[in-house]
Amino acid sequence: MTPRTRRRLVLALPWAWMALFFVVPFAFVLSIAFAEPSEGLPPYAPLLRWSGEATAVLQLNLANFQLLLEDSYYLDAYLRSLRVAAVSATLCLFIGYPMALAIARAPETWKNLLLMLVILPFWTSFLLRVTAWIGILQDQGWLNGALLTLGVIAEPIPLLYTDTAMYIGITYCYLPFMVLPLYATLSKLDPSLLEAAEDLGAPPWRAFLQITLPLSLPGIVAGFLLVFIPAVGEFVIPELLGGPGAQLIGRVLWTEFFQNRDWPLASALAIVLLAALVLPIALFQWRAGR
Amino acid sequence: MRGIGRLAIPLGLGFAFLYLPILLMVLFSFNDSRMVTTFTGFSLRWYEGLWRNEVLMGALGLSLRIAAISATMATILGVLAGFALARFGRFPGRAGFGAVMAAPLVMPEVITGLSLLLLFVAMESVFGFPAGRGASTVAIAHATFGAAYVAVVVQSRLADFDLSLEEAAMDLGARPWKVFAVITLPLIAPGIAAGWLLAFTLSLDDLVIASFVSGPGASTLPMVIFSTVRLGLTPELYALATVLVAVVGVALALALRLVRRR
Amino acid sequence: MSLAERPGAAEPWRDPAAEPFLRIEKLTKRFGDFVALDEVSLPIYRGELFALLGGSGSGKSTLLRCLAGFLEPDAGRIVLDGQDMAGVPPYARPVNMMFQSYALFPHMSVAQNIGFGLKQEGAARSVIRDRVTEMLAMVKMEGFGDRKPAALSGGQRARVALARALAKRPKLLLLDEPLSALDKNLRESTQFELINIQERTGTTFVIVTHDQEEAMTMATRLAVMDRGTLAQVGTPSDVYEFPNSRFTAEFLGTANILEGVVEGVEAEGVRIGSSELDFDILAEPAASKPLGARVFVALRPERMRIERVAPGTPLGDNRLVGRVRDIGYYGDFFLYYVVLANGKEVRVSQPNLRRRTERPVDWEDTVAVTWDRQASMVLPE
Repeated sequence: MTPRTRRRLVLALPWAWMALFFVVPFAFVLSIAFAEPSEGLPPYAPLLRWSGEATAVLQLNLANFQLLLEDSYYLDAYLRSLRVAAVSATLCLFIGYPMALAIARAPETWKNLLLMLVILPFWTSFLLRVTAWIGILQDQGWLNGALLTLGVIAEPIPLLYTDTAMYIGITYCYLPFMVLPLYATLSKLDPSLLEAAEDLGAPPWRAFLQITLPLSLPGIVAGFLLVFIPAVGEFVIPELLGGPGAQLIGRVLWTEFFQNRDWPLASALAIVLLAALVLPIALFQWRAGR
Repeated sequence: MRGIGRLAIPLGLGFAFLYLPILLMVLFSFNDSRMVTTFTGFSLRWYEGLWRNEVLMGALGLSLRIAAISATMATILGVLAGFALARFGRFPGRAGFGAVMAAPLVMPEVITGLSLLLLFVAMESVFGFPAGRGASTVAIAHATFGAAYVAVVVQSRLADFDLSLEEAAMDLGARPWKVFAVITLPLIAPGIAAGWLLAFTLSLDDLVIASFVSGPGASTLPMVIFSTVRLGLTPELYALATVLVAVVGVALALALRLVRRR
Repeated sequence: MSLAERPGAAEPWRDPAAEPFLRIEKLTKRFGDFVALDEVSLPIYRGELFALLGGSGSGKSTLLRCLAGFLEPDAGRIVLDGQDMAGVPPYARPVNMMFQSYALFPHMSVAQNIGFGLKQEGAARSVIRDRVTEMLAMVKMEGFGDRKPAALSGGQRARVALARALAKRPKLLLLDEPLSALDKNLRESTQFELINIQERTGTTFVIVTHDQEEAMTMATRLAVMDRGTLAQVGTPSDVYEFPNSRFTAEFLGTANILEGVVEGVEAEGVRIGSSELDFDILAEPAASKPLGARVFVALRPERMRIERVAPGTPLGDNRLVGRVRDIGYYGDFFLYYVVLANGKEVRVSQPNLRRRTERPVDWEDTVAVTWDRQASMVLPE
């Protein structure tokens, strides 16, 4: 067996699998986004129809995309998703950066344990952890209970089903994705760089701003994207914690698909969502490539 | 070595943020009252209730089966793909292959779920396979994105690998396949195990993709939890969360011990 | 302890009829546009400890990896004990290698590491066990068989790597910078142990190193490599005493290079006039070159004498006068940097023979530097 045949054999299975179950499905999404909804099952009309003899008629229906552009409901959802994702990623950055820095500077024997503590919640059920926040934030929840007992408030403040609850939930769930890449870059930072800066007269806060922060930029970008990208398409957290107004694009897609059974419109939404994500990733690739 | 210093405060607060919700769930899983907020007394009744909740336990069993099967498939695919990406240099189509292997990592779940459902529907209407949707379609979907995670883990493990170890084995008379079996595989085994566990957990945790590609009668654990939560919180869910935390905690403690002994 | 001083050693490379054990013939290897090996031809004889010496990028490691079979040469061939190695994969060659990183398998014990090669051959368990015991004894590591490599010191790892590479009794052992990871004292003692093991087993060794002392002390012969070619091949003393070019003269040891023109052959030897300096160099007649030829003369610092003289002392044959710019104290010797009238600098070393004596020569002294005519090495190129 030549090395080339060996390589082909190794590549064949993953290539075939990913082509069938990842690449081909996109062709379906793309084609169904241009289809008309119908009452049957599957609930869309085929693009190719046989008309009479051996001539096929390709019918492209642009109505779905037109609707997405014209109805401000969809455009709002789309913009809101981007905003929510960006704000959540920023929140994660502000909470996660000091954590990552602390772990990077912790004694060697503690580092693994602290990192493990960051990852551990990730291994327990995501859905149940979101559920815990319902218990904390609801009107008779733990937080309102504590505040009432302490006399801070006279009656429960509505927290659950608000944007605040949604932001807390997203930040909570995606915090580890921010801490890990930040830690990876910060732990590689040579501590003697900071010593050199301080030796040359920079006080610690200035050494941080001029040395640590710029050198950890790749970690910041990676962490931001790791939170931003999944947050844009997030469905579960806005659905369980957010209010009826928190219509993010993932939630809208879900509703169109499961409640309205409009598969073509859901597909068109998927295409738009994908396009929204390709931009930041391409930007990151371009930056990293330089 | 610079110490943690005042950074201990944000670190502590961060961990409090991460763990307080989990600790509250664990605490209230032992609550005697149906009230999910006031602690009235110690009781194991919710664990009993969980044990007798056939819908939840059935879904747990199904989810564990799907997770085990899909993680195994994902590991086979991911090891092959990770090996190719780490070792084959610039083979033709490498950029495309790398992109296809990495894309599921950043793909929104709603899109992955939707696209796979459309594929399965079309396949059924053309080939008659898969006949209907259920556990097997969920397993295929989970194996697909699990493979991407395993590939990343295996690839990074191979990137740290000292190539002279393989050369030494070959120099001492081991043929290529033997080098892989005796040297490479044992040394990347921890990475493969970590990849399998990651794929297993991701499968066990997935709600969105499963909701798209599953069919009637095949409700996974997250699907059941989701519909339960929408009707209101029950302490049984806290009991379930506590059990999961305990299992993960014990497994990680064992894993840490294994790593230390090496 | 080069072979010239070893008792009873033969010098097969001086015998035109001797058959080389390993023949490297016009070996060429390119990486893209970069020529790593340029038609290298080299005969190596049975039982030699041959050193490939050179800087990084000189091609020494490429040559070693071609011998091991990890690289396939673009042209030329390698014949080992009459067998052409072309197309023979690494695992089928009777050649083993001691890696720079040692490449000990971390998940196997010391004994499993040493026995690995024999196991690949399908040797019987008892054979493997006996050989492992023998090898452990050879490298003085008895009792370490059950340890994992991670539990060994650097010197112990080097021994295990050597034992593993010798366990299959290869025809040829390749050593890639084998001692570079060890500290100086350990390196020196291990060098002699390597030589002893090589002599006892009679295995032919090819060792790659960038450390000239290591090459000089260990090798029967060495090749100085430069940009993919062999700059000079010979015994350590041949190359040190009779360098064939500026490159080898300066690469192996230290050399002062002076330029001149052959002006005549006299009873005492060859007279070389130096245009850049105002004096003549005398060399032995053997180094004769045609009249008028431009030549380089290399002078070793330890072959020159230095003494304080009154300012204004004239130059003469093999006699320079200058000012001491700097003195390096090395413990066992002094190195004087002497600046001549025209700005050229020569280095002269003097052994530090007595303790606490006043330095015979001090900074800024005017000194005369002299040497015998046999110390003038006229470079052929």
